[in-house]
Amino acid sequence: MVERTAVISPTQAAAGRLKQRYAAERRFKALGISAIALALGFLAMLLVTILGNGLTAFVQTNVRLDVTLDAETLGVDAVNPSADALGAANYGQVIKNAMYKAFPAVEGRAERRQLAALVSSGADVSLRKVLVANPGLLGTTQSIWLTADDDVDMAMKGHVSRQAGAEGNRLTDNQLAWLDQLEQRGDVAKKFNTALFTTGDSREPEQAGLWGAVVGSFFSLSITLLVCFPLGVATSVYLEEFAPKNRWTDLIEVNINNLAAVPSVVFGLLGLAIFLNFFGFPRSAPLVGGLVLALISLPTIIIAGRAAMKAVPPSIREAALGLGASKLQMVTDHVLPLSMPGILTGTILGMAHALGETAPLLMIGMVAFIVDIPASPLDPSAVLPVQVYLWADSPERAFVERTSAAIMVLLFFLAMMNVAAILLRKKFERRW
Amino acid sequence: MRKTLAVAAVALATVSFAGAAQARDQIRIVGSSTVYPFTTAVAEQFGKAGKFKTPVVESTGTGGGFKLFCAGVGPDHPDLTNASRAIKKSEMEACAKNGVADVVEMKVGYDGIVLASSKKAKHIDVTRKQLFLALAKEVPVNGKLVENPYTTWNQIDPSLPASKIEVLGPPPTSGTRDAFLELVMEHGAESFPEIKELKKSDEKAFKKVFSSIREDGAYVEAGENDNLIVQKLDANANAFGIFGYSFLDQNGDKLQGAMVDGVAPTFEAIAASKYPVSRPLFVYAKKAHVGQIPGIKEYLAEYTSEKAWGKSGYLADKGLIPMPDTERKEQASKVNALEALKM
Repeated sequence: MVERTAVISPTQAAAGRLKQRYAAERRFKALGISAIALALGFLAMLLVTILGNGLTAFVQTNVRLDVTLDAETLGVDAVNPSADALGAANYGQVIKNAMYKAFPAVEGRAERRQLAALVSSGADVSLRKVLVANPGLLGTTQSIWLTADDDVDMAMKGHVSRQAGAEGNRLTDNQLAWLDQLEQRGDVAKKFNTALFTTGDSREPEQAGLWGAVVGSFFSLSITLLVCFPLGVATSVYLEEFAPKNRWTDLIEVNINNLAAVPSVVFGLLGLAIFLNFFGFPRSAPLVGGLVLALISLPTIIIAGRAAMKAVPPSIREAALGLGASKLQMVTDHVLPLSMPGILTGTILGMAHALGETAPLLMIGMVAFIVDIPASPLDPSAVLPVQVYLWADSPERAFVERTSAAIMVLLFFLAMMNVAAILLRKKFERRW
Repeated sequence: MRKTLAVAAVALATVSFAGAAQARDQIRIVGSSTVYPFTTAVAEQFGKAGKFKTPVVESTGTGGGFKLFCAGVGPDHPDLTNASRAIKKSEMEACAKNGVADVVEMKVGYDGIVLASSKKAKHIDVTRKQLFLALAKEVPVNGKLVENPYTTWNQIDPSLPASKIEVLGPPPTSGTRDAFLELVMEHGAESFPEIKELKKSDEKAFKKVFSSIREDGAYVEAGENDNLIVQKLDANANAFGIFGYSFLDQNGDKLQGAMVDGVAPTFEAIAASKYPVSRPLFVYAKKAHVGQIPGIKEYLAEYTSEKAWGKSGYLADKGLIPMPDTERKEQASKVNALEALKM
């Protein structure tokens, strides 16, 4: 017995240690799972807040009015109005008259002013579009849905109280009563917010749109791609396939890796010094924005490209060289095509990173209020993340939901780019 | 590969020449983020009229704006700059050094700085002296400057609530903070005879006393985003926030403004300059650019029109407090005659 225990005891000790090791592994796994759960929890919280805040921004309150497109009030020739005259006509008065007609009991200057304020100050622009597109409507009375003011919109969406007499109401009690009447008549409805996707920035939330920023982002990223893809691929090919291994190439490699970690605002300063002050490029232009973003994504692309080329087995290179191909032929015919999926994935991820940058753009004047939709990369323009930043900073309440909507659009584009990267990888990836 | 590179290089070269040669047909404005909401509103109306392109307005902060504005004359430099304070002598000198000789100053209206809290909290009435005691890093106790000992409001004055002092406000880079220091903290500090004495004997030390905000957590620097402060106040009934009047105006259903020296921050009180914490806002224009960049004169005319900055103009809707009638008239005639600032 004594002998036996002596034999057993080391195994017991081993079993004990084994148990400890299993426990340690379980603890490690549990830690890992809780870390992931925490991250997912934060992501869920972010998405819930953004969706909760922003979903209502995709609809906009509209008011239906019987608008009399009377030539005299518009101030145009009744028989054959010129296109210019129709463009410059007094649509504001026509809308006001329609409002007065809808509420004939309202009299007095101050009250009528309040009444007219229910409709957005930009409604005349949309009415102009209707008449310019269809001059035959002149002289008729049309039932037209017009954009409501942002304060009305907020009240209809329940973001502010509709209780008459509540302290701090942006709408007066009269306006709330009129709104109730309009609603009873069925003349108020929430419709899809087309302005959000077709117009540029505006100080009136109900007229503010993302299109200018989307176009600006498109121009910027196009320039970025045009500059950093060829440069990045050329650099990584040279460093990986041609460059001699010596102290200099080591130094360059270390520098590229460091550049990938440099705060982006530094690149903005660089852009200001080089592109604006030295080359004299225009401020706020997507051209400069794209160049600065190219500097930021270049290291990412070079690193990804080199990794992709490293993954191509040496046997392929040797076979090509063995068959008499030159080194350049080997690279262009074999290594590059085989590593292209990896390079493209890296490029798309680099571009997605560039899409979300604002800090470097501050320095080159792209954080700005720009109404006109840019027509070329030389026109002043904002980009999507800048639009988010500017709206988040605006006092008007209706910009709160629009900020979240803008974030959703930005996230949508980012998700699309990431999906594209995954698809490319899945489709063309080769395993050896 | 080589082709792409060559094409890219050629494209870049063409574009660079086009960029350098391009003359500007669009007004460019930089400067204060406080004036930004108003200047952009005018810019939008101006652009809608259709004669000129909509001006581009950057939000760079007052100091950053002057730096860009004073950098020189020509299409590469902005035409106007927003400022939440008057131009400093050093900035005028910097301007003059770079050839920006004639600068037109336009006072556009007033902005109130409010101390706001959630509607769920008790409405309070504080004096600037009490605010100084609540927020300064060092306060006088028994005639000596000591580290701020107050942790709750009612320790300062029994009429104030018994809650912890918790104020969310702008960081030192902000123009709002500068104005708050000058209008509240300096004034509050001067109500103590021992500090007033100091002002006479040692100007620098006096400045340090009123401009040092406590750093023990009672004052929280909440960044430049005022909407963030609004949300935090809504969530925490004990906290107070410091920001511009337009944010109180837009969030009147959630927030209330504390009375300062017995006056509530209302549109009327600020317009009548009864509310003590208000400051003028400015826009500066470069005279040399008038006639070079199309539309500057017309833009200034739009800004100074009654439908913009008048009592019921669209800027008042955005939260700008208009100047009194006579002052508006005086400013408008001065600005439209492009009278240059003298210093």
